[in-house]
Formats: sequence, C-alpha cells, structure tokens
Amino acid sequence: MQKIRSSEITPEQVYLNRRKFMVTAGSLATGALALAACNTGFPTSTGTLTSSGNAGSADVGAAVAPEVAASDQPRLMQLLGQEAFPPALASMEPVAGAAADELGDPLNSFQEIVNYNNYYEFSTNKEVVAKEAQVFTPAPWQVEVTGLVNQPTTFGLEDLYSRFTQEERIYRLRCVEAWSMVIPWVGFSLGDLLRAVEPTSAAQYVKFTSILRPEEMRGQRSNLLDWPYREGLRLDEAMHPLTIIATGMYGRPITNQQGAPLRLVVPWKYGFKSIKGIVKIELTDTIPESTWQSAAPNEYGFYANVNPQVDHPRWSQASERRIGEFGRRPTLMFNGYEEEVAGLYAGMDLSRSF
Amino acid sequence: MTTDKRTQPERSIATYLRRNWFWLAVNFAAALPLLVLLRDFAQDNLGVDPINTINNATGRASIALLLLSLAATPLHTAFGFRRGLTVRKSLGLWAFVYASFHLLNFVGLDYGFDVQFLLQDALLNKPYIVAGLVALLILLPLAITSTRGWMRRLGRNWKRLHRLVYAAGVLAVLHFLWQAKAAERGEPLLYGLALALLLFVRIPAVRQRIVALRQRITGAPPQPVRRTPAKSTRQAANGAD
Repeated sequence: MQKIRSSEITPEQVYLNRRKFMVTAGSLATGALALAACNTGFPTSTGTLTSSGNAGSADVGAAVAPEVAASDQPRLMQLLGQEAFPPALASMEPVAGAAADELGDPLNSFQEIVNYNNYYEFSTNKEVVAKEAQVFTPAPWQVEVTGLVNQPTTFGLEDLYSRFTQEERIYRLRCVEAWSMVIPWVGFSLGDLLRAVEPTSAAQYVKFTSILRPEEMRGQRSNLLDWPYREGLRLDEAMHPLTIIATGMYGRPITNQQGAPLRLVVPWKYGFKSIKGIVKIELTDTIPESTWQSAAPNEYGFYANVNPQVDHPRWSQASERRIGEFGRRPTLMFNGYEEEVAGLYAGMDLSRSF
Repeated sequence: MTTDKRTQPERSIATYLRRNWFWLAVNFAAALPLLVLLRDFAQDNLGVDPINTINNATGRASIALLLLSLAATPLHTAFGFRRGLTVRKSLGLWAFVYASFHLLNFVGLDYGFDVQFLLQDALLNKPYIVAGLVALLILLPLAITSTRGWMRRLGRNWKRLHRLVYAAGVLAVLHFLWQAKAAERGEPLLYGLALALLLFVRIPAVRQRIVALRQRITGAPPQPVRRTPAKSTRQAANGAD
C-alpha cells in the first residue's frame, strides 16, 4: 500500500470547514438557510497553553485532498533541522495546546493559515503567496536592534531561540480587509527583547524594517509599495505583554509565507501592522512612518487599532468574516483585547488617531 | 433537387453550426468562468476563502463581459467586424448573470442575509457597494427588455432605455476601483481606460471621423446591418450604439 505522508492528510479543521461549506452551500441551494448554525463554535477547551498534545493531526484519512506543497516542512525546519529549535518549535506535525481561543472560537486550520497570506513582497494574491514564498531563504538570519538603546545588539536566530522564552499564544488576527482567523502562534515577548538592549530614556517609538531581497521576493521587483516594508509602534505598545515576535505557529517553525523567520504580532491591531521578515528594530524619538501610511495616509493610520466604530474610508469595519465560516460576526473593540490594551489609549480620540 | 430525408437533419445541424459557430463559441467562452466555479465547487477546490474566490471570479467576469458587449458596436464601426454584433446582446446578458451571482454571493454567503449588517455595513457605509448595486439595478430592466417582443413594444424608447448601459458600465468600473487598495488599482484602471475609449468612440463627431477614415482606407462604406428573420433574434441590430 502506498504510504500517505501525514502532511498530505487534510487536517480535521480543513475537512470540517469544507463540510461546513458544502452543507451550507447545499442548504442555500435548496432554500433551507441554516446559516446561523455555521457560527456555532466548537466545544471550548481553553486551558493552559502547552506544546504537547496533537490536536492538529486527527485521523481523517478518508478525506485526502490535494494540498499546496506548503503543507510540507517549513523552509526554516528544512534549512536548520529539527534539533536547531527549542521544544516549542520543534514539532514535526501541526500541534496546538488548545482547540479554541479564550472566547471559545476554534483555531483556523494549519492549511487555512498557511495558504491565505497578505505578503505583497511575494504576491498580492493571498492564495499564491505560499507558493511564491517557497524560494525564500529564512536562515541564516540576523536582526539588528539599535537606535536609542544602551546595548545595541545584532541577534542571530539561535540567540533569540535560546535567550527568550518561546511560548504559544493563541490570538485572533483581524485583517483590515475585514476577514479574520484564530492562530496559535509561537513566539517571544518583544518587551523581553527590548529590555535586553536597554532603551534609553529618550526612546519613545520602535521602528521595524523588513528584509529587502528582490531576487527572492518577486513582489519587490515592482514598485507596488515603497520597499522595504516598514512599520512602527509606540514604545509602550511594543512593551505590552501581548506583543510578540512570532517564530512559529502550530508548534512548528514559522513558514515563509507568514514572515519567516521573525514576524511581529500585535493582536489588537489590523494585520498589516504585523511586519514580516524583520531585519532591523530601531528605537527612536520620532514617530516612524509605516509603509501603508505613506502609500495612502487617509486610509491607514499609525495606530491601526481594530475598531468597529472607525470605518476605513471606503468600507465599514463593523463586521468581519471568520475564514471557514459563512455570514459575518461583529468586530470586537481592539479585536477582543480591550480589557488588556484600552488603557494604552486613554483620553485619545481614536477616530482621529486611527 | 430531391431531398434525402435521412441526411437532412445532419445537414441542417451542419448549416446551423456553420452559421452560428461564432455565437456559440462566444457564449461558451462567456459561460466558462461559471463552469470553472462549478467544477471547483464540486471538487472542493474554491480555496481557503471560497466566498472571496466566488466574489472575485463573478465580479471580474461581469465587468469584462459588459465591456466586451460595449466593444461590439465600435468594432463594427471601425473594422467592419459584423460578427461582433451577433453576440452583443448575449455578452450583456452574461454580464447581468455574473453580476447577479456576485450580489447573491455577497448577500447570502458573505453576509448570511443579515439585514442589519447589510444595511449598516454595506448600504449606508460603503459607496462602492451602492455603485455596484445601482449598476446591477440598471442592468435588470435591460436584461428583461432584451427580447424581440420588448424591442417592438418599446419602439424608439427601447434604444433610449438601453443607452443606460453606459451608466452601468461607469458604475461597475467605479465599484471595482473604489474597493481596490492603493497598490491594486492597476486592473480597475485598465478597465476604466477601456471603458473610456469605448465611450469616446461613440461621440458622434468621433464616430463620423472613424467611419470616414475607414471609407478612405477600404474604399467602401461599412455595410449596413441586415436583419434577416432567421438570425434577427441574435442580432439586436438596433442596439444602443
């Protein structure tokens, strides 16, 4: 019997979501509109986040379907080998410590997450990025942390893996395009990294710069955006415990299409703030200009906090579509992290500082 | 000539194909995006975000077919391409079909028929959606009155009514352009450029110059469109040109 690699088996979530789609579409066709049922979450099983367990590779061998080659080992794993990664990143198969986020909404499947990416350095087509990104070489890698700090340091990946605790964070990702996912990131606290380089008292902002490598990133050969991609945070936002540098996802090293090897994740902000392929982190006393802000200043602000009350100039941000679901769900203030982060913006007019 | 009853049906099919191959080919091509979507649906191959896939495919097909429909008359005027006129109506109807699927996908699959979200999000807040909706509402009466019967009933007003297709074209392009991100305006702008050209050549003075130029080059005026009873249902020769 021909051996089927486990990476070729459709993960349970994909399978279930597809069933959901077929069922929904079928019921639409027959006029029985049971759409509300599709918004029902899976049974909650939050709890302590560990990297053990094997939630992602359920036995659904009957549902083998063609998948993009990106389902194979992340490029980082291929380049460095499993032994280069700390336990939280060394899993050979997608695993997550819980099946749902703290609100009870199920994780998106590994396949959904790695095949739906906004990464214009590779393609503007979200479903093509995975393929285009395969040529990218995410290791060796260095990130320079510099600017208004006492200990400017250049870190290699091995330094980051060993010096900072890599842990799973299940976060909602809300794209400015009004779709969302629940993603089990693995990463380390950006605050820990910044404290290690000792910001001076003059430091107020953090500026991030992506890699410029047009020979491997075909999107950078056009002038769609002003490359390399740049983003920025206020220092207190960067130091916030929710802000991480992601190094992995589903217990494995982060894939190229998600921004390997280092990608910012700020879960209460729109996805475009989460800059990918970071090579430079600079502490400044002036507000850094972000790439999208400079491309369309009336549409994208510096803060880009998820806010259902502040519309994008051309569309509403009041609702969103969770990938894998039908119908819409209301967008939550600060993407559901209001309790944790609202204090950062006390007294600010969020419709002006959007 | 004696008629062989056994071979006649084949001969008439052959004749039909010979006369109508262009119409058939264009209609098949226009149906392709829909067939591809149905195939991908059956094979569970609509991607991570099927709603987005359906949205993009139907929207793109609708605008492209509307522009092709609008290109039929100028292609005849400028190059004497008469076959184009035989598919003008079909292309317009296909544009309407795709626009309808586009709306149904948006209202049903994307918004789950949630009236409150639709009103709050879409209708009151997003000008690009209003533009698209108005374009579709314009195409609706044009699709209904596209038959011979309605052409006869409406007489001269038929042509006046069907000139609204220009407004639908402008609104459809605006709809596409408005929703595009700053970095992704290339494609809608290209459609806009094509539409502008197609509207420009309809300006009477411009049109006359084109006709005159063509006469100088070919030495003969473009043949007036004949409307033979056999083919007339497809020719819609007195369309909005």
